[in-house]
Amino acid sequence: MAEEYLLDMNNISKQFPGVLALDGVKLKVRQGTVHALMGENGAGKSTLMKVLLGIYIPETGTIRFDGVEHKHMDIRSSLTHGISMIHQELTPILHMTVAENIFLGREPLRNKFGWVDKKKLIKQTQALFDELEIDFDPSKMMVELSIANMQMVEIATAISYNSKLVIMDEPTSAITEKEVSHLFRMINNLRDKGVAVIYITHKMDEVFQIADEVTVLRDGQFVGTKFAKEIDKLGLIAMMVGRELTNFFPKEDAEITDVKLEVKNLTLSGKFKNVSFAVHKGEILGIAGLMGSGRTEVIESIFGIYPPESGDIQIDGKKVSLKQPMDAIKAGMGLLTEDRKLSGLFLPLSVQDNMIYSNIGKYVSKFGLNNKLIHEDCEKQRIALAVKTPSLFQLVVNLSGGNQQKVLIARWLLTEPDILILDEPTRGIDVGAKSEIHKLMTKLAQAGKAIIMVSSEMPEILGMSDRIIVMHEGEKAGELSRADATQEKILQLASGEALAI
Amino acid sequence: MSTTKMPAARSKKGGFNLKAFVNKYGILLIFIGICCLLAILTIDNGVSIFLKFRNIVNVLRQSSVIGIIALGVTFVIITGGIDLSSGSLVAMIGVVVATLSKEIYGLPIIVPILAGMLLGAGAGSISGVLTAKAKIPPFIATLGMMTIARGVGFLITQGRPVDNLSEAFQVIGQGSILEIGKNFFIPFPVIIFVLMAIISHFLLSSTKFGKYTYALGGNEQAAYICGINVDRQKIFVYAYAGFLTSIASIVLTSRVSSGQPSTGVMFELDAIASAVIGGTSLQGGIGTIGGTVIGTLIIAVMNNGLDLLGVSSYWQQIMKGLIIVIAVIIDTMRHKNKN
Repeated sequence: MAEEYLLDMNNISKQFPGVLALDGVKLKVRQGTVHALMGENGAGKSTLMKVLLGIYIPETGTIRFDGVEHKHMDIRSSLTHGISMIHQELTPILHMTVAENIFLGREPLRNKFGWVDKKKLIKQTQALFDELEIDFDPSKMMVELSIANMQMVEIATAISYNSKLVIMDEPTSAITEKEVSHLFRMINNLRDKGVAVIYITHKMDEVFQIADEVTVLRDGQFVGTKFAKEIDKLGLIAMMVGRELTNFFPKEDAEITDVKLEVKNLTLSGKFKNVSFAVHKGEILGIAGLMGSGRTEVIESIFGIYPPESGDIQIDGKKVSLKQPMDAIKAGMGLLTEDRKLSGLFLPLSVQDNMIYSNIGKYVSKFGLNNKLIHEDCEKQRIALAVKTPSLFQLVVNLSGGNQQKVLIARWLLTEPDILILDEPTRGIDVGAKSEIHKLMTKLAQAGKAIIMVSSEMPEILGMSDRIIVMHEGEKAGELSRADATQEKILQLASGEALAI
Repeated sequence: MSTTKMPAARSKKGGFNLKAFVNKYGILLIFIGICCLLAILTIDNGVSIFLKFRNIVNVLRQSSVIGIIALGVTFVIITGGIDLSSGSLVAMIGVVVATLSKEIYGLPIIVPILAGMLLGAGAGSISGVLTAKAKIPPFIATLGMMTIARGVGFLITQGRPVDNLSEAFQVIGQGSILEIGKNFFIPFPVIIFVLMAIISHFLLSSTKFGKYTYALGGNEQAAYICGINVDRQKIFVYAYAGFLTSIASIVLTSRVSSGQPSTGVMFELDAIASAVIGGTSLQGGIGTIGGTVIGTLIIAVMNNGLDLLGVSSYWQQIMKGLIIVIAVIIDTMRHKNKN
């Protein structure tokens, strides 16, 4: 009897320190089908795929692929088994040709001295392209291609390995609509050839356009697998969010008074357009939306990192011009960036040095810096935020993620900002530090600060925000009050649906 | 992510943390070790030639030119950049300074000195602007400056050295103070080196300028978000390096009483080596002036000691290369532990 499923992952569990990332998850994919894998950030999609590729070894469960049962997969043999993955971030060798990229490490040779047979290499690639209906020159340099065409090359590479299963991780996050339809034709083409595709996405529309089946994960658990025909968007949203909301994030009441910051019709082409909102003193404004929806871009633009092309920014009712972060800081703003390693921390420097950089002007005295004052101020912050470090002179790289985050918050508190923008304030930090940061946010709001918080975590957005705006593809899709907001409504807005009233 | 890594040998209050001590003062210990070894190896008739006052002063004087350059290069490397132009700038500035201090012109000594400083700071600023504003990698920007400066030096002098400098100017490099009898004196170049080292140390460790220097090398993107004027800081740092190079050039020109368009070859690499041996990380964000001074002295002492021991200069080159490589290996291993 033929196998019903090409891939049958059963009861997969994966434990990381402090979190059960996967808890008895199953995933069954039929040959020649497109299987969408959905779930919010942190639902366990990537972890599951890493288990499938053999990057992680699961604690329990079995993986049956192509009729062979494995305890776990081996990263080196996943390609030869016939599994290939097209990552969200493509990593081609830019200064080699398309053909060289595809046949990297297995180039046709002219002789045993390792001379590459370039003609044959191009011919092989062309044949592959013809088969897949890809119409650009295989001898082009990779660097000349658009992201969409680079994806095509990756797909061609997968096919050249005779992959039976191709995993695509949010392949449409960086390409245009026209390119999406080409990609979908390509995926249909693969399906017709009997290849199975696991399609990871956040976008509901795509699921119904391309997928045969869909599996939903939530918080590391298997929620269900449905035929795409048997379910609609609302049903899908219900599967994704059906979670008990514990009152993990208690924002306590703070007196909300005047408008502190207002932005009108902010536009930056290719990033966001016509974004307007206001935030009041004492208020926490949550900004929700999928990755790539323009959330981070909007707030970084307000902060002057790349100023908007048009639109107004007003502070206390007065129009301000913020051309660089320095201007924003002078105007009383602080920005905790999304990626603390990339754009926040000075890793080779001490905790104290990391705290003072936004506020160094205060410590300049006639003879060098006022080290005593620096130390006093930093010590106050260390105590107030309960930063766990043996000393302020400890290198920041030696601290845990949560404590590093506190150091960065301390940096902005030292500037005594009126407006605090927090981008993913608790990403990747432990539960204890998380709740401490949430308590601190309440305290700051109570002290009359205006706070903007961008977050991908639904409970955090719902628990901490007084008001929520939701972004979708660079535009403000809607605004919800704390009382009105539900997970369903946020997800609907974030995926571009009009709210059912 | 969620585990706090603590130093393995945790120091209790009042306790002694050997690992941290070696980490911090390792290069100083190595320097002292080398000195002790040389002191013993050069004993002749019961007297250590290496430890003779005259020899020590000699070592310091010889190291002063590279040492002064290395101070500025340290700033540049801490920002994550590199400066290859120092050697050529020494030559170019040297011929200009020498020309202005010729006996026959009778200009006051301050004229060549100021002109040299301006030229150095100006050339440095140009490298800085190329890096900060035109976004050219510092390696390329300063490689261009290196080649141009070398050419300009030859062009001005038509390849000939500039001689017959004024007596007053020659004092800078050849004079000394605190002469007590015949056997005790401190040459001016050593004084200038020490002075520049103290100023640089203060700048780097205790001022906004210094903190910004570290910030650039530590994380340029974060520095920008913290409101630091990243471009201006970069230009200032390269200008400061150029300024120190001009001081080195003035000292050298005065000491040899001649502006030589062909001098200074490889000085930039010796200066970089001094900084690196002293613990400055080419990744940026890490380094101290104290370390660079020790790095300079290690190279100078090695050369001197091997000379005294009669080891050929070919071997000296090989030893220097080995020290550089070993210093960087130690540095890399130290960093690996952290990540």
